[in-house]
Amino acid sequence: MALLTATRVKHYFGGLCAVADFNLDLQPGELVGIIGPNGAGKTTVFNLITGVYRASEGSIRLRDTELVGKTPHQITALRVGRTFQNIRLFRDLSVLDNVRIAHYAQVRYSPLEALLHLGRYRREEQRIIENSRRLLGIFKLEHLAGEIAKNLPYGSQRRLEIARALAIDPELLLLDEPAAGMNPNEIDQLMEFIQWIRREFQLTILLIEHQMKLVMGICERIKVLDFGETLAEGPPEAIQNDPKVLEAYLGEGPVG
Amino acid sequence: MGWEWLMAQRWLLPVLVAVGLVLAFAIEYNLFNNEYVREVMMYVGIPEYTLEYTLFNKYVQLVMMYVGINIILTVSLNLVNGYMGEFSLAHAGFMAVGAYTAALLTQKVLPVAVYPGLFPLAVLAGGLMAALLGLIVAVPSFKVRGDYLAIITLAFLMIVKSVIENIDTIGGPRGIPGIKKLTTLPWVFFWTVVSIWVVRNFVYSKYGRGVLSIREDEIASDLMSVNTRRVKFLAFMVSSFFAGVAGGLFAHLLQFISPRVFDIIKTTDVLIMVYLGGIASIGGSILGATVYTVLYEILRPSNFADLVSWLPAVVLDPLNEYFIRHLGVGRMVIMPLLLVLVMLYWPRGIMGLREFRWFIPKRDLEAHHRQPAHGGSHGAAHGH
Repeated sequence: MALLTATRVKHYFGGLCAVADFNLDLQPGELVGIIGPNGAGKTTVFNLITGVYRASEGSIRLRDTELVGKTPHQITALRVGRTFQNIRLFRDLSVLDNVRIAHYAQVRYSPLEALLHLGRYRREEQRIIENSRRLLGIFKLEHLAGEIAKNLPYGSQRRLEIARALAIDPELLLLDEPAAGMNPNEIDQLMEFIQWIRREFQLTILLIEHQMKLVMGICERIKVLDFGETLAEGPPEAIQNDPKVLEAYLGEGPVG
Repeated sequence: MGWEWLMAQRWLLPVLVAVGLVLAFAIEYNLFNNEYVREVMMYVGIPEYTLEYTLFNKYVQLVMMYVGINIILTVSLNLVNGYMGEFSLAHAGFMAVGAYTAALLTQKVLPVAVYPGLFPLAVLAGGLMAALLGLIVAVPSFKVRGDYLAIITLAFLMIVKSVIENIDTIGGPRGIPGIKKLTTLPWVFFWTVVSIWVVRNFVYSKYGRGVLSIREDEIASDLMSVNTRRVKFLAFMVSSFFAGVAGGLFAHLLQFISPRVFDIIKTTDVLIMVYLGGIASIGGSILGATVYTVLYEILRPSNFADLVSWLPAVVLDPLNEYFIRHLGVGRMVIMPLLLVLVMLYWPRGIMGLREFRWFIPKRDLEAHHRQPAHGGSHGAAHGH
């Protein structure tokens, strides 16, 4: 049974059609890439899945649960984690707090227990501190737990964002341009890393990326968007040779 | 170095609270005023007038109680304006609701003349009533932020004031005179400690971290599973609850309340205390409220004259003639000027975004600073 199914999803910004007839069928454990020129509607798709925007038409289902109409925190609590194209950390908070905040839905204590620091408070806080430090350890950020997030170097901020998304304990992870601003060497490491977290955390991953090396290297299936329309879908080899895709990326006719 | 050491002595905080409570009772019941204490003081070398003119002095006690009430107001407003990064102007409105609820209860419902122990119930009711209104103010905060929310909270403050002015049974614009003086130093101390403790607990919980994440990036916060509406409800409720508590205490200290007491100027006073002390800091709120309240009293002409009376006449007389005598008016210039200078040269206030380590739960401190136990495979990466 598919983990995520999007059927005939449309989204308009005013009169502008940002996403037209988007369909997706994501099986558990798959790693699928979405590519397309700037403005193709890739990030909008992520925002529709996570509830930032409400789809104008169509249906998005996570297993049996309809996601359209749910708020972002409800969808996130259904174990959908994401990162952002331009890093959106809680910049003035500590590295540890960034990860701890993402545990919100998993922490089980009532407001009263929080106000009085009684009952389940201590046990739960201890648990999420330990889990946060474990995640930071995996991302080699543990020694920076007390550091303010904005003081971290760019690469570490990227890693912290993924760590924060994993703190949600996701089944489905959406990565929005994880390789942005990375050099070829770092991209190689990132590819290995994505494969590794996918195995380790048993994730289904949907990622948006411009770096063809990464997309072609690790994705099992690729979906190409342009102007909100789906141009092509298939395994990397097929996409690389698809005439419509080449046209969208390189333009019509002979180059030169 | 000394400061670091002091802050590391966490046991000092409960000791200070206990000493403060004992001191509050001792002052309230005049326990110092006996032969033994005087003899001990003489023996240790403390001049007798220190007690006579400071701790026993009714005026000093009054100022101490104002400091406590202002700490409650500042800590609670800081939750919304500092930690959450909104700009609420409604605090005086919540205070008014608490003050009126508590005053009406002690005047008409609760037999406090016979059982003065019922007073905290009235204060609690004032706080709960204010919290209820806080829920209503939280609703627009779901939709709007920043300047727009500030205007909505300002409108709320005006509505509260007008409603009270137009209900004749609670005195209308004349207010409520003859409220019993039930606010005592121990009660103020008690509520101050409770407010600091509860706000601190709130801040260091998942809801408090939710509040901080809303300040940082509300959309990202929602996408990290934070139920932002719930968090805003709670923050506004806790904040307005303690504003109501402060209102109840204030009414039974001043013994007279009217709608005019709770206007925008009152909110502004608390805002100054928040920003002087520093946003998102409990320690800062305590410092800000204390410094502002004490400074405000010192700048009264008579107090200031007393304070510098040790100066030789050749300095004192012209000083008095040209400065101190006009201080009554000057104070209204000096305090806002102080705020301008603070904002220009010290925009984060005394403690902005920092905190006394005493107030940070041990678990948090350790989690932030604990180094990996050993090098291991993960802890090896240092710096970039």
